[in-house]
Amino acid sequence: MSDARLSVFKTYKLYVGGKFPRSESGRVYEVTDSKGNWLANAPQSSRKDARDAVVAARKAFGGWSSATAYLRGQILYRVAEMLEGRREQFVREVADAEGLSKSKAAAVVDATIDRWVWYAGWTDKVAQVVGGANPVAGPFFNLSTPEPTGVVTVVAPQESSFLGLVSVVAPAIAAGNTVVVIASEKSPLPALSLGEVLATSDLPGGVVNVLSGNTRELALPLAAHQDVNGLDLAGADADLAKDLEIAAADNLKRVLRPQAVETDADFTAAPGTHRLTHFLETKTVWHPTGSLGASGSAY
Amino acid sequence: MDAVGLEARAAALGTRSIKTSAKAYAIDLAISMIDLTTLEGADTAGKVRALGAKAVHPDPTDRTTPRTAAVCVYPDMVATAKQAVAGTDVKVASVATAFPAGRAALDVKLADVRDAVAAGADEIDMVIDRGAFLSGDFMKVYEEIVAVKEASGQARLKVIFETGELSTYDNIRRASWIGMLAGADFIKTSTGKVGVNATPANTLLMLEAVRDFRAQTGVQVGVKPAGGIRTSKDAIKFLVLVNETAGADWLDNHWFRFGASSLLNDLLMQRQKLATGRYSGPDYVTVD
Amino acid sequence: MKSENSANAASAFEYAPAPESRSVVDIAPSYGLFIDGEFTEAADGKVFKSVSPSTEEVLSEVAQAGDADVDRAVKAARKAFEKWSALPGAERAKYLFRIARIIQERSRELAVLETLDNGKPIKETRDADLPLVAAHFFYYAGWADKLDHAGYGANPRPLGVAGQVIPWNFPLLMLAWKIAPALATGNTVVLKPAETTPLSALFFADICRQAGLPKGVVNILPGYGDAGAALTAHPDVNKVAFTGSTAVGKQIARTVAGTDKKLTLELGGKGANIVFDDAPIDQAVEGIITGIFFNQGQVCCAGSRLLVQESIQDELLDSLKRRLSTLRLGDPLDKNTDIGAINSAEQLARITALAETGEAEGAERWSAPCELPTSGYWFAPTLFTNVTQAHTVARDEIFGPVLSVLSFRTPEEAVAKANNTQYGLSAGIWTEKGSRILAVANRLRAGVVWANTFNKFDPTSPFGGYKESGFGREGGRHGLEAYLDV
Repeated sequence: MSDARLSVFKTYKLYVGGKFPRSESGRVYEVTDSKGNWLANAPQSSRKDARDAVVAARKAFGGWSSATAYLRGQILYRVAEMLEGRREQFVREVADAEGLSKSKAAAVVDATIDRWVWYAGWTDKVAQVVGGANPVAGPFFNLSTPEPTGVVTVVAPQESSFLGLVSVVAPAIAAGNTVVVIASEKSPLPALSLGEVLATSDLPGGVVNVLSGNTRELALPLAAHQDVNGLDLAGADADLAKDLEIAAADNLKRVLRPQAVETDADFTAAPGTHRLTHFLETKTVWHPTGSLGASGSAY
Repeated sequence: MDAVGLEARAAALGTRSIKTSAKAYAIDLAISMIDLTTLEGADTAGKVRALGAKAVHPDPTDRTTPRTAAVCVYPDMVATAKQAVAGTDVKVASVATAFPAGRAALDVKLADVRDAVAAGADEIDMVIDRGAFLSGDFMKVYEEIVAVKEASGQARLKVIFETGELSTYDNIRRASWIGMLAGADFIKTSTGKVGVNATPANTLLMLEAVRDFRAQTGVQVGVKPAGGIRTSKDAIKFLVLVNETAGADWLDNHWFRFGASSLLNDLLMQRQKLATGRYSGPDYVTVD
Repeated sequence: MKSENSANAASAFEYAPAPESRSVVDIAPSYGLFIDGEFTEAADGKVFKSVSPSTEEVLSEVAQAGDADVDRAVKAARKAFEKWSALPGAERAKYLFRIARIIQERSRELAVLETLDNGKPIKETRDADLPLVAAHFFYYAGWADKLDHAGYGANPRPLGVAGQVIPWNFPLLMLAWKIAPALATGNTVVLKPAETTPLSALFFADICRQAGLPKGVVNILPGYGDAGAALTAHPDVNKVAFTGSTAVGKQIARTVAGTDKKLTLELGGKGANIVFDDAPIDQAVEGIITGIFFNQGQVCCAGSRLLVQESIQDELLDSLKRRLSTLRLGDPLDKNTDIGAINSAEQLARITALAETGEAEGAERWSAPCELPTSGYWFAPTLFTNVTQAHTVARDEIFGPVLSVLSFRTPEEAVAKANNTQYGLSAGIWTEKGSRILAVANRLRAGVVWANTFNKFDPTSPFGGYKESGFGREGGRHGLEAYLDV
């Protein structure tokens, strides 16, 4: 086999603040395919990595949340474009991660790309759908508009390592939030590779931060973090979800419970708007209108 | 100015509930603040004499009734009015400066003023040049007031803005300051000759202006809402505006007036009701 | 409370007392719990007294709900849920319209009752609370048969039994905010009013009877925090709605963790009222006063931090103090009273302690000159100047008539200070520059922003907080979501 070429392995790294650091802890863990074959070593993130990710997400929040909805849509669409170009890579990674045939993995990747497109189109529509003028009984203009909640920690689905991941991350950022996502513990590689796509999609650094490692170890400090505003428990089991929800109460994070949404198996279904609207706050602004002139009224 | 906020404040003060002794006080005070007015083309010496008699003895059946502050007439009726109120403290006020439109040359306006003063007017009610104001020529408005003030001599000068024509609260506030800076002794809402005259909101705004002007300059200026105030209830609400905005220092007919005519009889009927406990009727007050 | 320098002439136009007639309301010497359409004693026979905070007079003795009563009420609500939720929306709507109309008919009675039990001025209960209560029921009545069109998909389903715990600052209005959307969407209700203000909720129970509302659809459980805790923890409650302190809100969030219970929280605030140098000053002064002295400042969305641009600080404070000196504090039933009583001795103690902290930390205290009545719970309208973000009075919710005045130099700084709080319920902006209003409103992290106005409420207008001021919205189309399985 003289022409056999030794392939180049990829060193999988975290994606934090637009950069690709190793875990500050120096730890990695073995990631295997569904048959137990070694695929790669993934960074085993620490609490400090989680903290750094929150700092990055907070720093990115101002710019991302105030970017025009049109621009956010363009960038999300750009993610889909970039993914399309790296489709084969993700088909392979998803097939390995989830033990799928190549054709089934391809369907998952296609669905994932399409999901980015779906959310790309939502950025400049959600305010019209969930906001609007309120006809108050008085001389006031009154308008409700949705605004992003802030920094959202996402516990990504454990089984659906790519479609599930994108199905929970994309709506949060489409709405203008920034995200710290804990990848599927067992199958983190598609998530870590997604970081590479995001980095080349005009998405500002820090808008999405990807951590791999032990879900509980990372999720607990993030659920308790006082500078995190939202928590999506999609990939938390019932015990962990309860612990995280209790921790989240300390600063009243907006919590999206796992049972409140589709199970992992349903990520292929139409996503609806539930996730898109969950990490939105409604701001209502009042202003007097009054009349054109000082006609006043008599007593 | 925020129109909604201003009107809401005026309306809120209108919900004050003035009862019993406070009401009796307010009714007498309101009577004493009236510039009892007749400004008709059909005014005659007889009409003006009757008005003067009414100002001096508003309620012939009750000599404890206060006199009105003044009678207010056209310049050619000043002499008649002076005779009618002679020997009392009732003042004679005269509109002037080509009232109500004010559309005349400055010389004509000044002549009008001098004529009234020469006839014995104690007070001059001038109108500002709304045309100049609305076209942005505030200097012209100011200078005209200064000239009229000079022509008025010892007579106190009331400056009428015709708030209904200035249209916005911002304009009314600006006019108030122009008037006060130019030397007005009173600022006055309206002529009574246009659609919108005194309202709680425009009066509140002018009360805020005189309050602020005194705070900044030490000079106290009076306020006169005119036109449209017809009931005791309304008059009392205006007094509440005075009390809670400019303050008690203005609760005196030297500093606050009502330009009104039919208001007086309603006040008199309310006064009789308080005295007797019975509701009065129009046959128990005089029609003059 | 007249300022002393105007005492001379003011004595001449001292408004004579103008009390609203107390005889329009007939308060019974005792009230039971309202469970399954009947007034009933507590299982353990416990009672507590409801006191008028302006006089300390005992108004009535009220049954005090305990765990067993909570269980009984939840069972009644569960039983009623099946039929109530199956009713055509149009029929539920008619019940709510009836309730709205009866509230309008009885509004003077309810206003007087609320003033007696809460201590707030009759002017407020008459002109704000009661009209808003009726309007809220009227608004949500109309939604009951239009839920398919509310943007939550076709045929959205109710959740089941709603456990609702409300505060004492707007007893009947908070009841309306909770019950109207819950019933419109087909839920049944167990509501716990605050222990210091149970009476209007019990009168509401009577209104439900007059309206012919089916038994068990609305259950009212007067009681203390333990009853509230039992209600929110009850396993057969599907929805928890709470308005009150952030500390209790967090405890409730922990309680419902890991359950299917849907939760909405409307909690504390430390609203910034930002006055720019081009503000309409007289209207801003009114807005500041409405912001912090409406309901004696016992308002979660109060504008308790005044952020004033340094260039106009002196002028604004002079105007504010002058205006505060005209506020009339006293008998809440007097129609001319602007400032009523503090709701309870506990709340008065808390306000007093925080004000003392403010002084101890070096902020400058000014109170409007006024005489406080000798009985009842009273606190004079108070300002603290020279306050910075580091002062306790700038950070902690005081929930009383105490305004902390801070200054700023630029819009950037104003926004940074306004947002520098764990709360995010309300904010105010005063400027005549339209684009500045929009720019600042955009940057404020608060659920309700009042520009050139303050403390305005409307059933169509969603209300609720960012951050630790809670989550979920009450009012408007948004308010339906909390009671639907969506």
